[in-house]
Amino acid sequence: MTRGWLAALLLLGLTSIAHAAIDTYQFVDEAERSRYRQLTQELRCPKCQNQDIADSNAPIAADLRREIFRLLGEGKDNRQIVDFMVDRYGEFVRYKPALSARTWLLWFGPGLLLVGGALVLVIIVRRRPSAATPGQATLSPDEQARLTALLDEQPADTSRP
Amino acid sequence: MKRWMLLVPLALFALVAVFLYRGLSLNPAELPSAMIDKPFPAFALAASDDGRTLTRADLLGKPALVNVWATWCVACRVEHPLLNELAGQGVRIIGINYKDDTAAARKWLREYHNPYVFDISDVDGSLGLNLGVYGAPETFLIDAQGVIRHKYVGVIDATVWREQLASRYQALLQEAGQ
Repeated sequence: MTRGWLAALLLLGLTSIAHAAIDTYQFVDEAERSRYRQLTQELRCPKCQNQDIADSNAPIAADLRREIFRLLGEGKDNRQIVDFMVDRYGEFVRYKPALSARTWLLWFGPGLLLVGGALVLVIIVRRRPSAATPGQATLSPDEQARLTALLDEQPADTSRP
Repeated sequence: MKRWMLLVPLALFALVAVFLYRGLSLNPAELPSAMIDKPFPAFALAASDDGRTLTRADLLGKPALVNVWATWCVACRVEHPLLNELAGQGVRIIGINYKDDTAAARKWLREYHNPYVFDISDVDGSLGLNLGVYGAPETFLIDAQGVIRHKYVGVIDATVWREQLASRYQALLQEAGQ
């Protein structure tokens, strides 16, 4: 008896997968099809959080796909459709968040960090007392004499065991 | 270079650590509802018991819990006894039978007792979609004017009720009484 139930449950699971797989729609033209594809890839599945709704087999994702298809049929533009979803499911459903006071840091943060890092680098390099300036590279006659003396000594030193 | 500059990396690390530590205890499955402080969406759907048409007007007048449930939802079975108990205490609970078979829903309510003042049969999930429902159980708290004031996703148990919902419901009752 239990076995029968388990088998039935398994079959039930399979039907939902099969159903999601044949989730195909008749589009008016190629443009509508590509808009559908774009929208379903831009919207996030609320239940299965790291999938877009095009990719997800969750029933809610199928519902949202159906809703997008319906809205496309009603002649809504992409913005209206995304707004429709955001009104119900919140900003969360956008994989591409809108630019707003709350999200500017998200959009420009990495750029700001890059520019900031570059500035710090430039400042550090500029401030470093450079050892390579020609004025310091030349030796005074005294120093030159000592250097020659040291260099002359060296072969004798190295030949020692 | 000034001495205090040496502390900058440590300060940055501390800041990042604070955010990451906070992230550990956040539940990513808990979405802030977009519907808070918005009016409950309009609908015209059948009641699951006798098929009479229910509309938004039926919700109004008193604050209520609006509980989204289904017979396919295992967790709904878990929270059902508590809903019965709350209904017994006089809490107004309205059901939305979400994407379900109405006959199965009737059977369920007969067998496990019906805590709902009325139960809206949302067979194709259209009301659920307008409510931003993404699973079951989900429970909305609406005020007497039919404005959504709070949403709880997941099973309501005694602790959740006591700590998160009871005081909010009481506040709405008081608000309505004034």
